[in-house]
Amino acid sequence: MKRRKGSSDSLLTKAGGELDDRFKLAGPARVLLNKVFPDHWSFLLGEIALFSFILLLLSGTFLALFFEPSMAHVTYEGAYVPLQGIEMTKAYESALDISFEVRGGLFMRQMHHWATLLFMASILVHMLRIFFTGAFRAPRETNWMIGILLFWVGFFEGFFGYSLPDDGLSGTGLRIMEGMTQSVPFIGPWASAALFGGQFPGTSVISMIYIIHVFIFPLILLALITVHVGLVFAQKHTQWPGPGRTEHNVVGFRMFPNYVMKQVGFMLFIWGVIGAMAGLFQINPIWLFGPYEVSVVSSASQPDFYVMYLDGLIRLFPAWELRIPPYFTLPAVFWPAIAGMGLSVLLPLVYPALERRFTKDRGHHNLLQRPRDTPARTSLGVMVVVFWIIGVISGGNDVFAQAFHISLNAMTWAGRIGIVVLPIIAYYVTYRICLGLQQHDREVLAHGLETGILMRDPNGRFYEVHQPLAEPDEHGHTELEYSGWVVPKKMNRVGALEPTDKGFFKSIEEPAENGGAERRDEIESGRK
Amino acid sequence: MAASAKRRRGWRKRLGALARFTGALVIVGGLYSVFSPGLYAQESAENTIDADAVKGQELYDTSCISCHGDSGEGIEGRGPSLIGVGSASVEFQVNTGRMPLANQGAQAPETYPQFTEEEAEWLGAYIEYLGGGAAVPDDLEALVENATVSEGGDLYRVNCSSCHGFAGGGGALSSGAHAPSLSGVTDEELYQAMLTGPQNMPVFADNELTPEQKADIIAYVQYIVNDDRDPGGVFSLGRFGPSTEGLAIFLVGMTALLLTTLWIAGKS
Repeated sequence: MKRRKGSSDSLLTKAGGELDDRFKLAGPARVLLNKVFPDHWSFLLGEIALFSFILLLLSGTFLALFFEPSMAHVTYEGAYVPLQGIEMTKAYESALDISFEVRGGLFMRQMHHWATLLFMASILVHMLRIFFTGAFRAPRETNWMIGILLFWVGFFEGFFGYSLPDDGLSGTGLRIMEGMTQSVPFIGPWASAALFGGQFPGTSVISMIYIIHVFIFPLILLALITVHVGLVFAQKHTQWPGPGRTEHNVVGFRMFPNYVMKQVGFMLFIWGVIGAMAGLFQINPIWLFGPYEVSVVSSASQPDFYVMYLDGLIRLFPAWELRIPPYFTLPAVFWPAIAGMGLSVLLPLVYPALERRFTKDRGHHNLLQRPRDTPARTSLGVMVVVFWIIGVISGGNDVFAQAFHISLNAMTWAGRIGIVVLPIIAYYVTYRICLGLQQHDREVLAHGLETGILMRDPNGRFYEVHQPLAEPDEHGHTELEYSGWVVPKKMNRVGALEPTDKGFFKSIEEPAENGGAERRDEIESGRK
Repeated sequence: MAASAKRRRGWRKRLGALARFTGALVIVGGLYSVFSPGLYAQESAENTIDADAVKGQELYDTSCISCHGDSGEGIEGRGPSLIGVGSASVEFQVNTGRMPLANQGAQAPETYPQFTEEEAEWLGAYIEYLGGGAAVPDDLEALVENATVSEGGDLYRVNCSSCHGFAGGGGALSSGAHAPSLSGVTDEELYQAMLTGPQNMPVFADNELTPEQKADIIAYVQYIVNDDRDPGGVFSLGRFGPSTEGLAIFLVGMTALLLTTLWIAGKS
């Protein structure tokens, strides 16, 4: 059949054909475009990190055009009046120029910073989702470890970025890092001297961490992210158990057009949120901190939130200094800072292997677990979260004390006691809640739904009518097996009541003519 | 004869001793009256209690006396002596509502002032009458007008920011004490606070920070706290530093995006 010349259809087909002739694209493209992704809100959390990372690369490139990583001294003659005539480093001067003189510079700086916070926050939330649903189990342990490494590389990348402007806050951060480095036994002082080129703050540290910040670590992050996402493609995404879903299939939407559209929309939304925050909320007003001087430490000098729990651990840890005369001293800061950070890297890395060892579960898993069905893991996770939150609050305990009129000493002691006691309580409470939720699922499967209809026997006993989820036996019990997915708990979930209207702002459905009488008869089990 | 001569000599001896004693008294008294009366005379001239101080005393006797004693000498366990604190201290404490003390605690809480500014001046005059002390210079306004903001910034960061914070938002001190926020504080109060060191604040006397330097600091504080129009957004997040920024990324950023994930996944 001869096609009409010049139609868009034939043009596209022709272009595609020509490309395929040359590059053999059709095969891989078909596989890629037809790839199926399962759909659940919690599967979109990693994307927040991915898309904020892209924005970090873009905004960071902009900032790199104007930033001068030099510790040479200059006298500020720029636009910001309260710093005019003050001596400072070129790094700080150029950071001020970005904020006050480069067009759009302050917005870009704030966007870069907010995107960093969002990057780290979404990694944490994404990690929690992976952990609590057991998505790290075989065959995905490697990807879990890559994720942990991504967090830690991001952690240092963020800290270095925080140190670059050379304002009062970043210098204070570097000073704390110097102290932590020096607390490492034997090599500490040497490592610190190598880092700062001699005595703190030296003249070279800014240019050194600049190269790490704009070149080495972004490359590492980019490589790790590529492998991370590539492994998700290769190993296929996990999915929740449910109707038609097994360990050997993936139920969801194809990459093209559905998934791509959603992803592009989501990316633009994420960038929109970061842009809105950068425009509305001031972040890190470096001009208020002034140039870094060793003698100047402002109150409320905190690291960014992802470093704050370490700062909190340092604040809480008692001053237990180990001295072995005549030469060896192990400062107290070693335990929370170096040992604490080491454990925070190590424990998550080995957790999948530990769990395999304790549960003796050697199988491959593509179906996720509901947190309630693995109470020990869920409770452990909540325990860590509580520990982390107390660490973060203690990292800002002076701000907390001031804002809520609590004694700083009381904050410290509450943190010390809380960080030991509360995680244990959290473990116990979470465990009981998980068991309770499990039990309720089983109860509904065995006895049916509560209908809210109360009846009275001739002999006066009140009882509630239950709607069984399948044909009951003579005792009114149903033998339904728990499938690892949501058990219906309300009558409208099984079609006994009208389903709630669909639509985000207003109903997008016409009400049924017959009042939905037909749908009411159909009662489905939780399995189907 | 010999006996009477002896008696006479004894009598003369006693008379001489008396004369010498009287002479010594006269010399000592004379010397004393040469050197000290001037002092007395001067003080009596200044010590005439003026009308303001009288009004101040009346207020003092009804509102302050129970803790600071009936002539400002202080009462053990209740309130410190006010001899020599000066009018700057009194006016600061009274005008910011820290005195009369609302309750005994880690430090005097800032409340609504109980006296008008005029009454505080009277109280200050009375305390000044009791023992002198530091006062705000009369030309403060001119000093602040001629101050250099950037000099003040340098001094602020070295001397003040470790307690009051990089942006004057205040900060926590140990055992429940705190350095208050500087927002809404007047030039006079800032000067009075630096001069007298209220509560836990150190005293920055004129030999530590000259009046000109104090004025520089005042100009800087007013610039960043009360005049600054927050470059970088509508919300400064309380200028608490990274703590509230971390809170904001979860409460605003993450929350908005979690709702978006629900929306996107719900649209399938």
